[in-house]
Amino acid sequence: MEKITGSEALIRSLLEEGVKTVFGYPGGQIMPVFDKLYDYKDKLRHILVRHEQGAVHAAQGYARVSGDVGVVLVTSGPGATNVITGVADAMIDSTPLVVITGQVPSPLLGTDAFQETDVVGITLPITKWSYQIQSADEIPWAIARAFYIARSGRPGPVVIDFPKNAQIGMMDFEYKKCDFIRSYRPVPPTDPHSLIQAASLINKAQKPFIIFGQGVILSEAEEELKNLLEKTGIPAASTLLGLSALPSGYSLYKGMVGMHGNLGPNKKTNECDVLIAIGMRFDDRVTSDIHTYAKQAKVIHIDIDPSEIGKNVAAEIGILGNAKDVLQKLNPMLERRKFEEWSKEFDDLNEIENKKVIIPETQPQEGDLNMGEVVAKVSELTNNEAIIVTDVGQNQMMAARYSKFNKSRSFVSSGGLGTMGYGLPAAIGAKIGMPDRHVCFFTGDGGIQMSIQELGTILQENTGVKIIILNNSWLGMVRQWQELFFDERYSETSMKNPDFIALAAAYGIKGKKVDKRADLEGAIKEMLSDNEPYLLEVNVIEKGMVFPMIPGGKCVSKMMLTTTEWH
Amino acid sequence: MEDNNIKQDDVTLFTVTVYSENQVGLLNQVSIIFTRRNLNIWSLSVSASAIEGVHKFTITTHTTRSQIEKVVKQIEKRIDVLRAFFYTNEEIIHQEIALYKVETEKLLESDEIEDLIRKHNARILEINKIFTVIEKTGHCEETGALFDDLNKYGVLQFVRSGRIAITKDRTEHVSVFLEEQEVRRLKEKQ
Repeated sequence: MEKITGSEALIRSLLEEGVKTVFGYPGGQIMPVFDKLYDYKDKLRHILVRHEQGAVHAAQGYARVSGDVGVVLVTSGPGATNVITGVADAMIDSTPLVVITGQVPSPLLGTDAFQETDVVGITLPITKWSYQIQSADEIPWAIARAFYIARSGRPGPVVIDFPKNAQIGMMDFEYKKCDFIRSYRPVPPTDPHSLIQAASLINKAQKPFIIFGQGVILSEAEEELKNLLEKTGIPAASTLLGLSALPSGYSLYKGMVGMHGNLGPNKKTNECDVLIAIGMRFDDRVTSDIHTYAKQAKVIHIDIDPSEIGKNVAAEIGILGNAKDVLQKLNPMLERRKFEEWSKEFDDLNEIENKKVIIPETQPQEGDLNMGEVVAKVSELTNNEAIIVTDVGQNQMMAARYSKFNKSRSFVSSGGLGTMGYGLPAAIGAKIGMPDRHVCFFTGDGGIQMSIQELGTILQENTGVKIIILNNSWLGMVRQWQELFFDERYSETSMKNPDFIALAAAYGIKGKKVDKRADLEGAIKEMLSDNEPYLLEVNVIEKGMVFPMIPGGKCVSKMMLTTTEWH
Repeated sequence: MEDNNIKQDDVTLFTVTVYSENQVGLLNQVSIIFTRRNLNIWSLSVSASAIEGVHKFTITTHTTRSQIEKVVKQIEKRIDVLRAFFYTNEEIIHQEIALYKVETEKLLESDEIEDLIRKHNARILEINKIFTVIEKTGHCEETGALFDDLNKYGVLQFVRSGRIAITKDRTEHVSVFLEEQEVRRLKEKQ
């Protein structure tokens, strides 16, 4: 057997796992790995970001669109602490990542050595698994285990801390993929009784309603979900992270639930008799006030993670398992039915929202440009085929509400953690993961500036991301809350911004600024005319609001349609 | 494991047992789940179990049934944890051990301390010219009662171990899980 260094063993292990792209940034305690990377340039593409947080968000974007594990390679100390936000984000949004952090040599551990941080200690609560390699021999075992854990079951981030002595130590390389860990059961067994009980409840239901989440996308259950809807006629709605699992135009798809979701599915949550939750976790942005949430309904909760069943909402029936397998087993047990009247009740409510909110937002005849109008126009001009990436805040909610989707894995957003600055690097990662599709990234003047240095990554890699800044010169969502709930006291939300077009130009990125309705379509068409990076800055209405809205902690059955109207 | 006398929202003492692999940082992984929910760990002991290579944590905490159910599921979610269970006092046999140090002179002055040792079913572990170490095994109230009695004569040092507990079932609760996992492993191999 040939002897190789730990650094080479790491790279060969990554190749064994099918890794093609790594997002990273070099530094002192990871230099031996970067040195070895130089020999493997043709096999392993490294994307040099401008800040380690960018590396982890880019890996998240890559993972979300491709379904592969995103890989990050950074140094110790500040390199490692800079990835923490992204690791926490990946944990709460179930994104598979393997993050490798350099570490000081083992003999220096615990001595407050230069650039030493207790990475395992810091990351334990925000990772699926966090492990420090002890010696070069352990590398194939640890990497195989890391990938198995990251991608199996409910996916999530794994951090591998890699002391320098293990990077330079010699070892005999032999790779064996991991498919079993004694203490870990990625997919819990589905109790056949739970399926029988659920089927009987669904078959008897008069007003059943389905809410699905990212679990459908992660388990590739899109077809199964559609089959279930076709057969049973049950109306369905998506969570933020479930978006694009069903085509937007599908007749039984009733929109999105949650704080800025649609009127129909939110209100009907509190009217349905059976609520079937598939691969979602009843986040508080979905349920709002938990004490008034779906109290009348019998809840069937399908999830791969046993700790989710009953965590927030008590489930009448919990069905453990991978959503795809569960739906495959459940579908044949369900009766063919139709709920035309019940389904129409959703449409009627959505029509009220359409008149009161959607049409005024997306088709205004005069005045300043609206955020929703820009999103709807981009969606239309990409034939709803683009991958939509968002930042966090108003731009995110507008992108979620007004983008339409034909394909799954087309919406990339920081859901659980709500990380501003996520979008630009995530869009870069998404474009690298899906180079043949348009990646349209909606951001605000606030969000873009939280990771604007990643324009440098675009410059270096010529990544054809389409950046759309919805510029209102405010931290819009916080400003909206200040207007609604803090007596219009706009504390620290007004932004004086740089010339974004000039900034883009400095990075060699084409761009255009639009502030007139007449110029919007032409500018979007120009942006979409090639596969090059582009920055479109749209000056939108200053005090735009995202409606409808369930104010925090209020009941899902009552939504604000405008500042003064409720339904 | 259901004890219908205890309602979901009553705060009571629960005993959590965690079966895990013997890995560095496991204690930290388990304890942060309590920390996150602001639950105070009342006592803790870690030891080997009857199954080779499997370690067993016994943790007690005061909380509600609905809270402990969630905590236990989240502990189980950790990769290196095999299984975790929770029990009320009635469902387990449990013990603690306490050590008390008193002045030997006080012991020799009268028969009273000796009587206490007999009455509490305690025993003397060590005796020298200066101090005497007394040991008592029992429930928390019992070791506490001896402390109160001895303290009338002055207790120099006192220590009580974390609770250790054993279920009323025949074998370790984790063995079923291990068997299921073994079946899964053999299936994957095929």
